[in-house]
Amino acid sequence: MDKAKKHEPLFHIAKRDSLPMYKSWAIRCAAILVALIVAGIITMLLTGENPLNVYSTMVKGAFGTSRRIWSLLQSLSMLLCISLAVTPAFKMRFWNIGAEGQVLIGGLATAACMILLGDKVPNALLIVVMIAASISAAAIWALIPAFFKAKFNTNETLFTLMMNYVAIQLVSYFEMLWENPKGSSNIGIINQSTHAGWLPTIGNFDYLLNIIVVFALTIFMYIYLKYSKHGYELSVVGESENTARYIGLNVKKVIMRTMLLSGAVCGIAGLLLVGGTNHTITTTTAGGRGFTAIMVSWLAKFNPIIMILTAFLITFMQAGAGEISTVFGLNESFSDILTGIILFFIIGCEFFINYKLQFRSSHKEVK
Amino acid sequence: MFKKLLSILLAALMVFSFAVVFAGCGNEKSTEKGSDGLKVGFIYLHDENSTYDNNFLTAAKEACDKMGVQMVNKTNIDESDACKEAALDLVDQGCDIIFADSFGHEDFMIEAAKANPEVQFLHATGTKAHTEKLDNFHNAFASIYEGRYLAGIAAGMKINEMIESGKITKDKAKMGYVGAHPYAEVKSGYTSFYLGAKSVCPTVTMEVTFTGSWYDETLEKEAANKLISDGCVLISQHADSMGAPTACESAGVPNVSYNGSTVKACPNTFIVSSRINWAPYFEYAIKCVQDGKPIDTDWTGTVATGSVELTEVNEKAAAKGTQEAIDAAKADLESGKISVFDTANFTVKGETLKSYKADVDSDAEFKGDTEVIKDGIFEESKHRSAPYFDIDIDGISVIE
Repeated sequence: MDKAKKHEPLFHIAKRDSLPMYKSWAIRCAAILVALIVAGIITMLLTGENPLNVYSTMVKGAFGTSRRIWSLLQSLSMLLCISLAVTPAFKMRFWNIGAEGQVLIGGLATAACMILLGDKVPNALLIVVMIAASISAAAIWALIPAFFKAKFNTNETLFTLMMNYVAIQLVSYFEMLWENPKGSSNIGIINQSTHAGWLPTIGNFDYLLNIIVVFALTIFMYIYLKYSKHGYELSVVGESENTARYIGLNVKKVIMRTMLLSGAVCGIAGLLLVGGTNHTITTTTAGGRGFTAIMVSWLAKFNPIIMILTAFLITFMQAGAGEISTVFGLNESFSDILTGIILFFIIGCEFFINYKLQFRSSHKEVK
Repeated sequence: MFKKLLSILLAALMVFSFAVVFAGCGNEKSTEKGSDGLKVGFIYLHDENSTYDNNFLTAAKEACDKMGVQMVNKTNIDESDACKEAALDLVDQGCDIIFADSFGHEDFMIEAAKANPEVQFLHATGTKAHTEKLDNFHNAFASIYEGRYLAGIAAGMKINEMIESGKITKDKAKMGYVGAHPYAEVKSGYTSFYLGAKSVCPTVTMEVTFTGSWYDETLEKEAANKLISDGCVLISQHADSMGAPTACESAGVPNVSYNGSTVKACPNTFIVSSRINWAPYFEYAIKCVQDGKPIDTDWTGTVATGSVELTEVNEKAAAKGTQEAIDAAKADLESGKISVFDTANFTVKGETLKSYKADVDSDAEFKGDTEVIKDGIFEESKHRSAPYFDIDIDGISVIE
């Protein structure tokens, strides 16, 4: 052993050039596998349950009955819808973490139409008004931080985050205004007897409309980002604002236009949640999806088609986790632990896709 | 190229999963059941960390064990479409009775009940069963105002002790109350608690604040601390977390709790707690289904049915003779010698209440529809199980 070698660290980290597609996917699959094994070991240590039982329960929880599959597809499409909404903003490197609030505002506008116009206008007209109101309300809500970013270069991360809390407070204000019965701060199902403003169901399938709308949106967003001029412009702004300016793009316009789109899609999510499934609004209507959507979008590298997969992964785990707590009588927190472990590995493996560890010996060979 | 291929593959997968769903739609419901025949599903807003839900969880287990039926628990079910989904999923699992514990679950339970006439749906604290007129949707509550009244006596005794020991003067006898929403259920609860305290300590007043949430540990803690800093010498609460009791324990202020004993977390300040024991109701409903009898549309448990209970008095914090005073008042309540909402015992804007129309039927107009005062008594929980006493009486000040 010579002295020079001793000073070398055991390993060091180097950036990979780029990995062939099959290799990076192999790493990802391996990560999921390792995550499942670790989660299994922890399950066994903490609860004494057979991990295989836990996994099969998760699968049953997600796919056990046709209702569960429908329910899974519904949750999947709602999460996907919000993920699609944040994607153009993120691709532009505009950190829109205000989707939660934008969805709530869209939902609030929908609920307002249903409550205030419920018996006064024909149903078809009401639904058209609801669509227009929810999309424009959420789009304007998203435009506010974009306007300030474009004009005064304010920090959009903080701005959009704060707007969430404003939206939540607005919703609780209206919950009190429209409460039923008095004092309960609870709106309950809107127009339960007349069904006014309830989005139509296709056949007997409660969630089919939502699923179809989101599927269409996915295709639209894929084409918009990949093949449209707008999509190209926003990715140029994302890569480098100076470049964008140099090639004659109106950066301010692109920022505001993209956030309008982002907000509008959030509005659609709010519309579908309030008009299509819940028929009520509470502060938890968005249910944290506005934040989960960020992860879905990032994990899929902003590709709407891949997002179907990442959104599926997360909704599958949520559905399965709920079933674990029912079947094994374990606290909901346990399923959060499992979800945490799995996400840790999935996000962590991106590191190994972008970087490689070079050990002392291998380092020598490279030289 | 690979990317394109992958995209096509994924799109195909999605289409395929649609196809599977459509094909699977005619699936038979699984009707597997326990050896005992009946299966009961329970839906809870939170889990055992909430004192409110924990009270239901304990009762459900007790009742199902006693009646020998299978139990399925679904915790952390939101007051949204998730509740309907959970109820329908329980139907798929073959449940004969499905119960939901939170006020906001009601509308979604009604939706599920309409779709499944062969399954019995039970809902605690709700108000709509007697107007919806469905054969399989039922409300239940208990005359918890009686329990609150008895707990109020313990509070009054404690305040008397403070006055006698010279710790406070008579005019400083102020209690604090952390309420969730300014809703009849809460108002009825704190008014009966106040009247209980007033029956032993006539000079007592009370300050009430609302958190605007049924479960928010931080807000409840803050509210309790605010009341304590306002000079309240004893705190009680109608909110579901440990926020208020633990705030009292750290401040050394006596606490009269709700939903069950908090003596473990608050050994020095916990006096007594009133709670609804839901086991008698669960047993009643299970028995009805077993015997093929209809379940009451609106069921009100009482002290006599074992539904309204007081926990053990914590001698360390309570005044001497508390248990005896509670027992005496309890006997008087049962014999009908005293009534909690006797209009002779309270005034509204300085006057005795002669007549009051309460909003008993849930409709679009929040107007009183039923006369509830008879022979000088406000008849709480008589015209429907859920409380409807929502009057602001003298001696209680609400801070917004």
